[in-house]
Amino acid sequence: MAEAEADLIAAVLRGDPASFAPLVQKYSPRLFGMARRYARREDEVEDVVQEIWLKAYQRLETFRGDAPFEHWLMRLAVRTCYDFLRGHQRNRESSFTELSETEQDWLERFAAAPEAPPEDAEAARQLVGRILGELPPEARLIITLLEIEDRSVKEVAEMTGWSPTLVKVRAFRARAKMKGILARLARDKYL
Amino acid sequence: MNLNLLHEKLIGAARLDTPSERVPYAFEQRILARIRQEPRWDGLTLWVRALWRAAIPCAAAMLGLAVWTAYTPVPHVPNETADLDTQLETTLMASVSIENELAW
Repeated sequence: MAEAEADLIAAVLRGDPASFAPLVQKYSPRLFGMARRYARREDEVEDVVQEIWLKAYQRLETFRGDAPFEHWLMRLAVRTCYDFLRGHQRNRESSFTELSETEQDWLERFAAAPEAPPEDAEAARQLVGRILGELPPEARLIITLLEIEDRSVKEVAEMTGWSPTLVKVRAFRARAKMKGILARLARDKYL
Repeated sequence: MNLNLLHEKLIGAARLDTPSERVPYAFEQRILARIRQEPRWDGLTLWVRALWRAAIPCAAAMLGLAVWTAYTPVPHVPNETADLDTQLETTLMASVSIENELAW
């Protein structure tokens, strides 16, 4: 851990909240980047990041300093994002007809020529956002961390507090669930 | 439709979409204002909060057990087996009694 960060944390623990400001300034961009993967609306993103910082401040005493502060903060952030997903779980399934015109076009182009290089990346991003929104919280978290952010099973296990075996099991189920949603969309269109 | 390929393409598109790390204006001041209002939890505070949270389930369990005990009928125990001394003696002497019976 950087010496300066250790001093700041020690000062906060001694009762000087102002020493927390440089930490907020340094790590907020990363936290906003992470929160925007899970929350759509900007007010929700701000609430999630604020919650992360409040938890970090209240639990600062539990930070032992044997790992970088950033790792400790990111673990807290992932768990807060997971809590957010659980609190805002949607159990609604989209059908093909509910997709936007650009999303439908993207799927139809893919069906016609699956091997063709991807076009209209924005439509693909909208579609993947919609599909992720239909996944259960743990499945969405696992797909985001393992596949989109390309982290290792060990890293995901450390961040979530789940065992590596549980991460693998949940990853398997999450992929199956995502393919199930894709199969349903394809079936709506072609059956 | 090749679902595996579709999955890969969608994940590929999501990988290219890096979310913005923009921080809203004066966010840091907002956080500092909030943490000045909220007390930082020390070990004692956490312990007290945990005890308060545990108090309600414990009281509910106590009440439930009290009601259960009050309304459970006491089983009728025959007099000849009610005497604890006799039962204890019978148990302790059981092996001796069996040996005596075998000797006859």
